[in-house]
Order: sequence, then C-alpha cells, then structure tokens
Amino acid sequence: MGSISLKNVSKVFGEHKVIPSLSLEIEDGEFVVFVGPSGCGKSTLLRLIAGLEDVSGGEIRIDGRDATELPPAKRGLSMVFQSYALYPHMSVRGNIAFPLKMVGEKKEVIDRKVKEAADVLNLTDYLDRKPRMLSGGQRQRVAIGRAIVRDPTAFLFDEPLSNLDAALRVNMRLEISELHQELDTTMIYVTHDQIEAMTMADKIVVLNRGNIEQVGSPLDLYRQPENLFVAGFIGSPKMNLVGGDIARRHDATTIGFRPEHVHISETEGTWKGKVGVSEHLGSDTFIHVDVPEIGQVTARADGERVLRHGSEVWLTPEEGRIHRFDENGKAIR
Amino acid sequence: MARSVPQSRKITFTIIAWLVALLIFFPILWTFLTSFKTEGEAVAVPPHFLFFDWTSVNYEQVWDRSNYPLFFLNSVVISIGSTVLGLVVAIPAAWAMAFSPTKHTKDVLMWMLSTKMLPAVGVLVPIYLFLRNVGLLDTRIALVVIMMLINLPIIVWMLFTYFKEIPGDILEAARMDGATLGKEIVYILTPMAIPGIASTLLLNVILAWNEAFWTINLTASNAAPLTAFIASFSAPEGLFYAKLSAASTMAIAPILILGWFSQKQLVRGLTFGAVK
Repeated sequence: MGSISLKNVSKVFGEHKVIPSLSLEIEDGEFVVFVGPSGCGKSTLLRLIAGLEDVSGGEIRIDGRDATELPPAKRGLSMVFQSYALYPHMSVRGNIAFPLKMVGEKKEVIDRKVKEAADVLNLTDYLDRKPRMLSGGQRQRVAIGRAIVRDPTAFLFDEPLSNLDAALRVNMRLEISELHQELDTTMIYVTHDQIEAMTMADKIVVLNRGNIEQVGSPLDLYRQPENLFVAGFIGSPKMNLVGGDIARRHDATTIGFRPEHVHISETEGTWKGKVGVSEHLGSDTFIHVDVPEIGQVTARADGERVLRHGSEVWLTPEEGRIHRFDENGKAIR
Repeated sequence: MARSVPQSRKITFTIIAWLVALLIFFPILWTFLTSFKTEGEAVAVPPHFLFFDWTSVNYEQVWDRSNYPLFFLNSVVISIGSTVLGLVVAIPAAWAMAFSPTKHTKDVLMWMLSTKMLPAVGVLVPIYLFLRNVGLLDTRIALVVIMMLINLPIIVWMLFTYFKEIPGDILEAARMDGATLGKEIVYILTPMAIPGIASTLLLNVILAWNEAFWTINLTASNAAPLTAFIASFSAPEGLFYAKLSAASTMAIAPILILGWFSQKQLVRGLTFGAVK
C-alpha cells in the first residue's frame, strides 16, 4: 500500500509563501509527476512529503497514517536525488546496503537483497567500486538501487535525470518506467521537463507558484487544458495562443491551437503569412510563420515538406481543435 | 590543467623555491648548529659554519640545570588538551553553522575571527588578575582553557570550511535511508569529515605548542611548557647563545618531528576544498 494524501499543505519560508495551500490525493501504485517551471514549488512539495522540510500548515497522510510530524526515516519512503547523493566513502555494495543496515537487517538478508537489486540494475560487476569510479548513468542506478532495496511505501524522484546527457536520459526514462511496471509501487517524480512528464506519468500535477493548475492523465492535460498556463506549458512546441479580435470572433479572450492542428496551404486559407525558420526533425517539420494579424504561428508539416524561407503560405486552424479561454485564463467548454 | 612550461623557467623557479625554503629554514639550522658549539664559538666573528669543535656539553648542562621532562609534559598536556577541548566545543558549533545556518551565521563567524585581531596583551591584565583571584595561576587547567579559547576561532573556522564541503544532499539521503542523527554522524558525517578534523587537530596542536605569550605570562614553574623553558635560558645574567640554542632545539624537536610525519595530512587539510 502506498497512498499519499495532502490536505491544505502549506509552506512558508520567512515572508515567502512557497506553497499557499495545496491538497492532493495520490493513489497506491500510481506514477505521479510534478511538473512546472523552476521555482514553482515542485521540489519543495516533494521535500515536504519526504519530511526533509517541515510543513507550515496542513496534513500529510501516508498509507492512511498521519505522517505530518514524522521524521524522514519513519515515513517509509525512498528518495533519489538529482545529485545522486551517493556516500563517497562507501563502495556500491555499501551504498545499496546502507538503508538495510540502518534498520538492523541480518547480514544474509542484506547480501541477498543487494545482489537482487544489483541484478535488476546491471550493477553486479561494479559492487566493489567506489561511486567516483562510475559513470553518471551507473551512479544514478546505484541511487535507484539504494532506494529499492528497502521496499519503500513510495519512491520519490527529485529531477533524477537532469545531470545525464540526452541519450542516457531517454534510456533511464525507460528503465524507470519499466521499474515502475515491475515493482508496482507508488512513485512521485519531479521534473521541469514536460516530455519526461508526458512519457512517464499515469497522472501529471502541473504546478505554478505553489498552486496546482491541473491534475490529470498526460493526454487529458494535452487535449483539455483547464487554463492558459497548462495550455502553454504542456506540449512541445508550445500551443499557439492568440488574443484580440480573432479571439473575440470565437467568443473568447484568448484562443489556442496546437501546431499539429494547423493546416498549411500554398493557395488558400484563413491567414496569410511568410515562412520564417523551419525546424526539420526528420519525421516532422515545424514551420514558424509570421502572420501580420497574429504574430508568429508554429505549424507542423510532415517531414518531406520543404518550404522556402520567405515564401508565402496560408494557414487554417482546425475548427474543432481550437481551445478557448476567458479573461481569467480559464478554459471555456 | 597541466600547462607546458619552458625548461628554463622550470629551472629558474626551482632555484628560487630552494632559496626561499633555505631562507625560511636557515634560523632553525643555525640554532641547531649553534647548540653544538661552545659559548665562545657561538659568538665568534666571523661565525664558523660547520668547521668547529662539535660538543654536546650544552645539552648536558641544560638537562642538568632544568627539569626538561616536566616542561615537555606540560607542553603535551596544554597543546593536546586545549585542542581536544577545542574540538569538543567547535564540532557542534561548526556543525550547526554549516548545516542549519541562520541569517546571522556569517556575522558570528566574522565576530569570532575579529577576536584574533585584538592584541593579546590588551586582555592580559584582566585575565591575569582573574586567574590569580581564583587561584589558577600557573596551573595546567588554566592554560588548557586559555589556549582553547585563543585557538577556538581558528578551529571553528577550519571545521566550518570542511563541513561546508559535505553536500547537504548526502546527509538528507542518509536521513531518508533511515539513519537517526547519531547514525548519520557516525556512518556518514565523521568518515567524510575525518581528513578535515585530523588536520585541524594537527594544526592546533602545533599552534598551541608554539604559543609563547600566554604560556610565559601565566606560568611560573608548575605549568610552564617548553616555550617558557626556552625563555628561562635568555636569563638576566646575560645571553648564553649555545645553551639557549640547545634548549630551543630540545623544545622544537618534538613538534618538528610530528610535523614532518604528518605533513601530507597537513597540506591536504590546508588545501582541502581549494580544488574540487
């Protein structure tokens, strides 16, 4: 069991309210991603759940038990840090065994569990090395190994992949997702990278200035953003947002449409514009078009299409795919 | 990063480095040589460098005329006692300042350092009178406490610097892994801070061993360490350079030997954190 429930949790640093008041339910076995721009309070929220910071108000329940005042060691959670935070003076074996040693596990049990974890994480050949002799990816695996040996109620990940290079990040992303399938344990994962959020999460929590903007599955958030912030934050490249007369024609203050929902034609359409930069990704091409009435619009074309810089094109947004937002930035449904 | 340096520059710098080292070491060498001369040879003009009649008579006389073992014991008790006491006080202080700083932590550190800027003689009279009135003048315990207080700012500063180098994440990881504060200190913090603690200890033993102002002024015979032992040979009846040199050599030899054996640790400690 690994349900976590936050009720009106708040955190104040001096004068600065990092988290005004936040409530959230995390079900057992869920992979939840906290995502948001830097300084949105996502790491603070994770540290509150971990017990590394004290809450200023509210209640945290882990597994139905009040954990608000419990020290980190008593919460039964494991954490993987961005910096790996391995113990430099201990071998890989020592690092992975440490949590078991702390609870006074028997030597045979420790040896067996360390071996199991090392097998799962491909670390068997490195057990006697010191962390400084490992590559970034291996260090990250040791950190994960240290987290899994004690069968925690839930795993907490604090931007664990941001120190890795791009290729390794994709691999580790898959490995963590697979680990979640295998262990079926609750995981809370903090990232600023919305691609990580989209690819890994069962449930995404979008945070902004310490408030939850929206909670939902990745595709819910993508297809039905509840407000302008989520609309602009989720999706890469970003959703095109347009205000003014054009939005008023749709009875909204702002309208938004995603690049893949813009039709490009060289002969006819709603708006005429000039092709700016084209980004060729191979499978797709993202074309940035300067439209005099709107500004810059990003449109997706298929990878084969070549449009010359400066040439004129017509753009038409798909009518059913336009998101409308009111003057407060809330979605109009 | 290794840069390629021209051979001629390497040679020049090597020569300069040796000259500087010799210049610094020369007084000690001269003291050592003088301690084996007769009093007459010691003041001869021009001085004789190596070619004189080597004699150990100064050492015999110094040994006979004073209680060297007592001075030596006092030096050991005062330097080690004050350092250990200092560490006991400074470790929790540096710990708190490094790992849960407040907005005044920097001020406290600066204030402690500022006490080292005060001339010691400025507080000699009050401390002397205080010790006299409580009957602790010329006692080892008083010297241990005074030495500890004198070196405390340095101990706290050094430890603070070492502890600052330990990433907070690692301590938090230990807490997440189920370590209590005690286990965190035993299994994580201490092993990681040992080099820093060791070099702090060594440096402060050396500083306390060599401290002369307070030891000479606050002791007479019972608690007098080797610094007072040297001073007792620059007596009013005139200077006996050869005997003074013999006494000095006997006083500095133990700490030089300690420094020699621990130089690797000392250098490592003093440059700790300079290069990541």
